[in-house]
Amino acid sequence: MLNVYFIKQCLSKYILNITFKQGLLYITVKSGTAFVIVANFFKNSNFFQFNQLLDLWSVDLKQGTFQINALLTSTFFNERIILRVQIKSNESLQTLSNIYPSSDWLEREVYDMFGIIFQKHPDLRRILTDYGFEGYPLRKEFPLSGYLEVRFDDEVNRVVFEPIELTQEYRNFIFVSPWERVN
Amino acid sequence: MGKSELNEEFIGVKNFTMNFGPQHPAAHGVLRLVLELNGEVVERADPHIGLLHRGTEKLIEYKNYMQALPYFDRLDYVSMMAQEHCYSKAVEELCGLVVPTRAQYIRVLFSEITRILNHLLAVTTHALDVGALTPFLWGFEEREKLMEMYERVSGARMHAAYIRPGGVAQDLPIGFLEDVYTFARSFSKRILEIEELLSVNRIWKQRLVDVGMVKAEDAYNYGFTGVMLRGSGINWDLRKNRPYEIYSKIPFDVPVGTHGDCYDRFLIRVEEMRQSIKIIKYVLDNMPQGIIKCDDKKIIPPARANMKHSMEALIHHFKLYSEGFAVKTDEVYYAIEAPKGEFGVFVLSDGTNRPSRCRIKAPGFLHLQGLDFMARGHLIADVVTIIGTQDIVFGEVDR
Repeated sequence: MLNVYFIKQCLSKYILNITFKQGLLYITVKSGTAFVIVANFFKNSNFFQFNQLLDLWSVDLKQGTFQINALLTSTFFNERIILRVQIKSNESLQTLSNIYPSSDWLEREVYDMFGIIFQKHPDLRRILTDYGFEGYPLRKEFPLSGYLEVRFDDEVNRVVFEPIELTQEYRNFIFVSPWERVN
Repeated sequence: MGKSELNEEFIGVKNFTMNFGPQHPAAHGVLRLVLELNGEVVERADPHIGLLHRGTEKLIEYKNYMQALPYFDRLDYVSMMAQEHCYSKAVEELCGLVVPTRAQYIRVLFSEITRILNHLLAVTTHALDVGALTPFLWGFEEREKLMEMYERVSGARMHAAYIRPGGVAQDLPIGFLEDVYTFARSFSKRILEIEELLSVNRIWKQRLVDVGMVKAEDAYNYGFTGVMLRGSGINWDLRKNRPYEIYSKIPFDVPVGTHGDCYDRFLIRVEEMRQSIKIIKYVLDNMPQGIIKCDDKKIIPPARANMKHSMEALIHHFKLYSEGFAVKTDEVYYAIEAPKGEFGVFVLSDGTNRPSRCRIKAPGFLHLQGLDFMARGHLIADVVTIIGTQDIVFGEVDR
């Protein structure tokens, strides 16, 4: 079991809080720079040896705030933590790809989906969306249908992009009942 | 075909850039590879992915928890139930559901059937890419039998939506377990036949041995999981290291490679099929009686028969299939050992009936990232071998 007090002692300067949920330790750090420093510490410290970064993803918390999560795994101690940081949409992060090479594509994906920029990234291109795609699909303000639709035009003999036209709007039911209290 | 030396007098000649795909039979789907070649030697491989991107994560944000389930079948479309399993486990963690023992056994049974299903495809299409057609024909005959088992419990050959939050959709049909046993008994012979064609085959070994070497250090750094990690000699299997369901009770072995080349990974896949048969036999021997869904009526829809005479059941059925169930604000990351590696789901719930964010961690995404360093210095024909050994399926890579 990871020693939370030890982590707190080592990294008190950088860590905002540590929570334990569903068998996983969530470590929130204070800033983007702390994110890289803490990740570096967890990888190279002999006490932790988090040698794998298995996933890196972002969550849109609305009002222009994004949360970046990194799942670190230690195969030596069979431990895993989620390292997270909150940033504003105008802020950027330093890349982790020089510490964990696996975060290269994952950062590209976060950039593609949320528009978060990773500084010093070796090759920050879009990865999953089409060539020439505009917008950041996983942001909450991006509509589910997107903005453009694609079809093959026989006259010009190529694929054309047109503004989307739906015969029926996507029906977004509101299920939150004013009488029932969630949570 | 190992690594080739660069001829001195050709230095200064520009590299040749070649496009591989997006429609190429050996790409296992829609992969566009931009290869920088020096003669026939790969200098750099730049995979362009996303041609099968369907926005699963975005779509799930607009669906309630039950509606989101079938999307998981369609991610990695050769190991369907493994992913349903992962998502169901994540939702169960969020709702605090306890799954009945029988359901756990059924889940493990189908997880292992799925593993065989996946490895059969992985091994035999790999052989097909490298030039051996026969194992493919034999393997797909066995896959057909397994997909028939899917069909018998869920009505669908592939996209089953059988493992659901709280248990499984229906109980097993009568006589099902006997048929699984008949299959398990005969299948070891089928593995032997495939091995007879491949394991000692000179051409197969020439194409695979020492190709696509992954050092343990690289496997760690590039976030490899599953067979890709075990091929490099690292004993890591979530079924053993972080056991879920009843895996802690089941005796089975985790095969580990020694060289980290494509041949090792082939052998591991074959051995994993044998271990899956062992697990299936254990499950058949110990399958308990009992219910197959947990009995939380606010989350689990009522049985059809109940609805005919119970008003409560009818109301619950309507509410659960229109509105779904609300999940308190929480988050969970759950990972299982899918046939391809660690498949994980991160669900963030915000108190409503729909997940606020659903992140899918697909093993193939990180494996494909490693294609560049694995293919460097190899011949162009070896790229096909490496794609085959990575067991790439674009449903999960592109999501």
